[in-house]
Amino acid sequence: MTLNDLNINLASVLPQLLVTGLGLLVLVLDLFLDKKSKAALGYVSIAGLLVILPIAFVTVSPEASFGKMVMADPFSAFFNVVFIIAALFSVLISMDYLKKVNVQRGEYYCIMLFATVGMMIMASAADLINLYVGLELMALSFYVLVAYRVDERRSVEGALKYFVLGALSSGVLLYGISYVYGFSGSTNLAQIARYAVNGAGGNPFLSLGIALIAIGFCFKIAAFPFHMWAPDAYEGAPTPVTAFLSVGSKAAAFAAFLRVFITAFSGVRPQWSGLIWTLSAATMVFGSVVAISQKNIVRMLAYSSIAHAGIIMIGLLTYDTAGASSVMYYLLVYAFMNMGAFTVVALFIRDGGAGESISDYKGLAARRPGIAFLMSLFLLALAGIPPTGGFTAKFFILASAIDAHYYWLAVIGVLATAISLFFYLKVIFYMYMKEPDDYQQPLPEADFTYNVALLAAAAGTLILGIYPAPFVDMAMEAIKPFFNFLAF
Amino acid sequence: MEQLFFYIFAAIAVISAICVISLRNAVHSAVFLIVCLLQVAAVYILLRAPFLAAVQVFIYVGAVMVFFLFAVMVLDLGTEKLKQHIHSQGGPAVVIVAAMSAVLGYYALKGSITAPLGEYNEAALARNTEVIGRSLFTQYIFPFEVVSVVLLAALIGAVVLVSRMKAGGGR
Repeated sequence: MTLNDLNINLASVLPQLLVTGLGLLVLVLDLFLDKKSKAALGYVSIAGLLVILPIAFVTVSPEASFGKMVMADPFSAFFNVVFIIAALFSVLISMDYLKKVNVQRGEYYCIMLFATVGMMIMASAADLINLYVGLELMALSFYVLVAYRVDERRSVEGALKYFVLGALSSGVLLYGISYVYGFSGSTNLAQIARYAVNGAGGNPFLSLGIALIAIGFCFKIAAFPFHMWAPDAYEGAPTPVTAFLSVGSKAAAFAAFLRVFITAFSGVRPQWSGLIWTLSAATMVFGSVVAISQKNIVRMLAYSSIAHAGIIMIGLLTYDTAGASSVMYYLLVYAFMNMGAFTVVALFIRDGGAGESISDYKGLAARRPGIAFLMSLFLLALAGIPPTGGFTAKFFILASAIDAHYYWLAVIGVLATAISLFFYLKVIFYMYMKEPDDYQQPLPEADFTYNVALLAAAAGTLILGIYPAPFVDMAMEAIKPFFNFLAF
Repeated sequence: MEQLFFYIFAAIAVISAICVISLRNAVHSAVFLIVCLLQVAAVYILLRAPFLAAVQVFIYVGAVMVFFLFAVMVLDLGTEKLKQHIHSQGGPAVVIVAAMSAVLGYYALKGSITAPLGEYNEAALARNTEVIGRSLFTQYIFPFEVVSVVLLAALIGAVVLVSRMKAGGGR
């Protein structure tokens, strides 16, 4: 292979390079700061990410680069933007949170940026090896971030569960990749697609590989029955990390899911559609039913995020531009609404676990009307009530399911949404209709960073709900080449 | 002849792997893990992959196992406690593993490679190490570079987690 065939194109990985550079810069700057002023690193990260955001948006090159390993197409650009938005929110709410729980170490921001790089590599990977390396970078960073409150027992417990099951899922994914390699003699997605055509549907290597890879991804998106780690890890992790884990990690796994299953395994779709159908239906129902009985708001949001994963999975099945683009749109909306809800949670959590119970939200509307209103907005968006982005996202996904004749799945989706209304509304009911248990209990003040995060999340949730057209078009354009590619 | 050796190595690997999980003494388990990993290295040699075999010996048998033994020594694992924790799950685990190996074995025997085997025939693989080095720095240069970031993240993570514990909870 000559150097020209390799197509070394640094411009195609510019966002990844820049975020890595930012991470290294933060790492070095950390050495010059004393313990009190670590929050400055947060501002550096935010400024850097804000500069990289437009660059990530325009970094598109039509040709696969680095020996056909990296694909900097509009699809990866869309997801890079989602990841950077998620990282921005997480860093924004981290600065005060870390002060509150008294873990002020500068490496936190650096590891968070490395996790973002891992996600970006996953979204742009055109080869299973590259995908795996990106996934490991993301996962390793998250293992550390989840365990960041080392002195808190729950943090260590959650991190250990996440680590053990995450390592297992990596093993399962790798095993699947090796079977696919055994089938097609290549880890390149386009190369696999060439052999995974209709006639090859019965090849046991391929079916086994597809099933194992799907299971590996399902661990990362926390789909039932591979969700066991999620509630514990979410509860134990610092709240901004939980938010990042539920938005970023999920979006990255779905990006990989979409790219691998649409480009590489499209020819043998009947092989995996049954599996995804079952997992999707089970995840939706399980997530929303179990969330009802939760007393801790982080655990409730964890199960709600499991239910959302189930609904997003519908879009993988429909197998057309409408379905796949609604997955992307859903993840963009989810970034805003879920980050908003977690911002409120992070604000009211105090060191030692106080403020985590749903009953702590009693009577919030009387004491903090603005924040209670925004929290209601985010919860209604998560439940899928118009005019929020949550409604449009759910609407697009369910409409594409009906167009593709997945009537039962759409019915289950609507039912799960109806069930989920119950636990989201419970929090709103507590905030508006109940008296607080203890008026004397001081409530934390929302400082500048929280206000920015809350307003940005609210604006995103509403704009995406009222005026979705340009964003949906963007997702449509980004996903179209995947299906064109199949035509020839 | 080669097949005979393969079965010998495979059988020893499986038996020693069973010993790893069934023995009560953690040090004995670790020693049997070394035996198991060495058999895997031998299988790599049979597969004409001497580089992988060497890496297997260096990294797993060497570095990783030394760490295992250090951990066992530092933690001073009580043998009885280990037994209580792990061996109560033995029954279901055996059933699941047996079912898994039956399914995987069935698929592995039935499957076939549809794609052409590529440019690496036996003659090309005679220079196995050179081939790996060349492809690492051409075809796989991007993931290879990303791995360096992965290692950096792992390094920072290890320092973060350990140094906090040393500082008595960081408070």
